[in-house]
Amino acid sequence: METNDNPDKIAPSSPNVSDAPSNKVLTAREFKHIGRRELLKLTPLVVLGSFAVPRFRDSLLETGVAFSDWASSKYFSRSRLAPTFKDSEVVQFEKFPYNGYDVLDPEVDLDNWTLTVEGLVKTPGEIKLSTIQALPKVLQNTRHVCVEGWDAIGNFGGARVSDFLKLVGADLTARFVEVECEDDYYESLDMASILQPQSLLCYEMYGKPLDRGHGAPLRLQMPTKLGYKQAKYLNTFRVTNVLKSDRKGYWEDQGYSWHGGL
Amino acid sequence: MVAKSSSAFEIKTLSILDEQRTGVAAYEHPWVVRMAHWANAVSLFVMVTTGLRIYKAFPSFGPKIPQSNFINIPKWATLGGWLGGALQWHFTFAWIFVLTGLTYVVYQIASRNYRQVLFTLRDVPGVWPMVRHYFFFGKKPEVTEPYNPLQKLAYTSSIFFGVAATLTGLVLYKPAQLRWLAYPMGGYHLVRIWHFLAMCGFLSFIPGHLIMVALHGWNNFYSMLVGWKKDPEYLNHSSEG
Repeated sequence: METNDNPDKIAPSSPNVSDAPSNKVLTAREFKHIGRRELLKLTPLVVLGSFAVPRFRDSLLETGVAFSDWASSKYFSRSRLAPTFKDSEVVQFEKFPYNGYDVLDPEVDLDNWTLTVEGLVKTPGEIKLSTIQALPKVLQNTRHVCVEGWDAIGNFGGARVSDFLKLVGADLTARFVEVECEDDYYESLDMASILQPQSLLCYEMYGKPLDRGHGAPLRLQMPTKLGYKQAKYLNTFRVTNVLKSDRKGYWEDQGYSWHGGL
Repeated sequence: MVAKSSSAFEIKTLSILDEQRTGVAAYEHPWVVRMAHWANAVSLFVMVTTGLRIYKAFPSFGPKIPQSNFINIPKWATLGGWLGGALQWHFTFAWIFVLTGLTYVVYQIASRNYRQVLFTLRDVPGVWPMVRHYFFFGKKPEVTEPYNPLQKLAYTSSIFFGVAATLTGLVLYKPAQLRWLAYPMGGYHLVRIWHFLAMCGFLSFIPGHLIMVALHGWNNFYSMLVGWKKDPEYLNHSSEG
């Protein structure tokens, strides 16, 4: 019986059943062999199975996150500004969430507070808040995005981190900035994001000095970064080319993305 | 054999000769399609379960204050353990998901194999008879192609869900860098909803797909492993030797 050569039996819209060379006649045994060969061709898929093996899983996921971070920093452009909003779009101060990893008030001695500046800078030392406030002040309505999924548009005031870096004579070709906080939180950030003009050393929210819950007296405010990158209660600011692999950031050391860019 | 219409596609066939009977087999699923299918099955599973874990961290589409939860995602439906773990899975498999999808789409277009499965206007009249058959015990429409109109609709919309999930996911990942992409989608808040709906699209597709696979039996399932399907209905072959 020539099944494939009987056009009358095939409905008009059916596929063309091509002739040679594929229209071979095989024995059932030979057909089984073809099936096995085709099945073997799927073996590359077992690579995906390695994600189920605990020994490989962690390093595979680490690689995946590192690749995402690499792509994020490649795509990041300092000239691409994060969206800014009208005053009417800013949430009420009471509806801007307080969020901290530990305590909301690490009891910073605001009167005697200074920022320790270290690393690749011409003038390391202690910087007073008034020195930072003397830099050109930027006010911006930007969106604060939390890694958990919520967001809030707030009003922030502060000095550009880039102006501050120039003030202390930082090596702007350095790769990273590390910060440490009064509540023992710590973070590290890529220089490209730090130099973005919307990245602030923030000392004001809604026209008032930063309150204790939001990071008084000084925090990072960067609308190009997720919330956990924007450290509060700053006390040390370090310019560096090297990061300690086990101290990249409080949450990063537990598995969050280091780039954390928006 | 003469080509009947320009829109019909070619399908490789062979005859199987046995002592008892003669059969025919059609090469329905090329290697790339099978690879993409199974890689996608895995990555879609990971994307949905880790996506649900990520959503569980803030299961709302509204503001943080006051927070009103939209849905309580049970822990058993999630993968990754905690938010950070789920994010690692999500942003690893996102690449596999996109790479698989791109490979599939490029291959289908380049090989012109897409004509087998792409839902077009020509297929519209055939949808209702299939629905009537599946859900209301209607007469089974004549099978003339590897995929019936309802299947084409399902598979074509799953490609749409994939594209939607990818684009909305990119905006959620980079709302500042990709603000030009967020804008036509209605902004960050709406994009979270679109991303969730794209997942719902997949979730509405998968159970039906699995039920149909179960109903159609081993021969049909096996074809997605080896490519060849024995005695497909649309070849209208008679099995008496």
